[in-house]
Amino acid sequence: MIAIVNYGVGNLGSIQNMLKKLGAQSEIASDVSAIERATKIILPGVGAFDPGMTHLNQSGLRHALDAAALQRRVPVAGICLGMQLMTEGSEEGTLPGLGWVPAKTIRFVPPANETMKIPHMGWSVVAKAKQSPVLELLDDDPRFYFVHSYHVNCRNSEDALLIAQYGSVSFDAAFERENILGFQFHPEKSHQFGMKILKAFLERY
Amino acid sequence: MNHRVIPCLLLSNGGLVKTRKFKNSVYVGDPVNAIRIFNEKEVDELVLLDIRASLDRRGPNYDLLNEIASECFMPLAYGGGITTIDQIRTLLRLGIEKVILNTALNRDPNFVRDAVATFGSQAITASIDVRRKLFGRQEVMTLAGTEGTGLSPVEAASKAEELGVGEILLTSIDAEGSMDGYDIDLLAKISQCVNVPVIASGGAGKLDDFRTAVREGHVSAVSAGSMFVFYGPHRAVLITYPKYREICELFK
Repeated sequence: MIAIVNYGVGNLGSIQNMLKKLGAQSEIASDVSAIERATKIILPGVGAFDPGMTHLNQSGLRHALDAAALQRRVPVAGICLGMQLMTEGSEEGTLPGLGWVPAKTIRFVPPANETMKIPHMGWSVVAKAKQSPVLELLDDDPRFYFVHSYHVNCRNSEDALLIAQYGSVSFDAAFERENILGFQFHPEKSHQFGMKILKAFLERY
Repeated sequence: MNHRVIPCLLLSNGGLVKTRKFKNSVYVGDPVNAIRIFNEKEVDELVLLDIRASLDRRGPNYDLLNEIASECFMPLAYGGGITTIDQIRTLLRLGIEKVILNTALNRDPNFVRDAVATFGSQAITASIDVRRKLFGRQEVMTLAGTEGTGLSPVEAASKAEELGVGEILLTSIDAEGSMDGYDIDLLAKISQCVNVPVIASGGAGKLDDFRTAVREGHVSAVSAGSMFVFYGPHRAVLITYPKYREICELFK
């Protein structure tokens, strides 16, 4: 069973719609037992870092999620803010992140001569930083829908999975470290491209 | 990143319609069917506006929106008849990511502020409808263009930004349905006075209009209605959308 973590933040409906289209069984996970029986976990999220982290810490699911991701090594995919929460912390807030992946969430800093509308909202083409089962179904030049004001930079370049560019800033659009995956974009809102990523996550992990 | 090209679809009594200057509503077809075609064409995003909801004092048609959202794998924005936080929660749960507020912006600014605080600014879009008055002054209208607000477009856009909305859908009522091009002056004026992304709406008739809106109107995204649902001089109903390569070429 795929658990979509419900901690009061994020658009669970869209994710469930796409999983249903892919023929997968999923449940909105609001209690510890749902996390404990999950064979895969999706951590969604939209909005600001500290409120997201606060909701997650207060949800009562934190311990079960840490155990699933770090000890049972259940495949976990973070989406948008969900990806950022997996990092050590964010320049957007003061609370520590989950710290599952050695990475920082930072502000977009355009070069002095460049103006940048924040958030980065729209479709961007991504480039593969490494091979991974989750990318195996994708064709060339996949594009994804992004909405975010902060972005992730992995400390270890081998964790970076997909690279995107906004203005002249390059950032990690996805990471993969063992069983932990993060997507800055919204696969559930990215047509066939997102569907292929989620299908690979369902079938190849 | 390309500028988003967004079909803007009007709902009325469960059907898909198209208007001119917010009037002369013509039935175009079944919305679910049309939206399925847009989904197959891999459109960047969809805007759905129920143009009767506020006038009829009715909330969103959840059954219809549920049917649409469950088969739609692109960002979806919905506006029409939204007055409560619970309605927004229900819409987001169905798989709509952005709600569009127009009448509420004027009637209940506190509700807009609450909505932003509860769901984040990325989930709340302000729709600003502008009509040209006598002597060229422009006024922002609400309630499907039927009620004046006394605000200029700049005042309304600044107010919306102050309330925390994540985006502004800016429509020229005079240009709407004309297919004669956007009101570029209006687009430029508003894009320059706010920091949030502005979506151009009203008047698109050809691909070149998109380029002009971006280059001279400085908008982040463009939307069109008639151009994507009508074909030829007799306005035969045909759902179209430019190919991805054409869009890349257009904004290069």
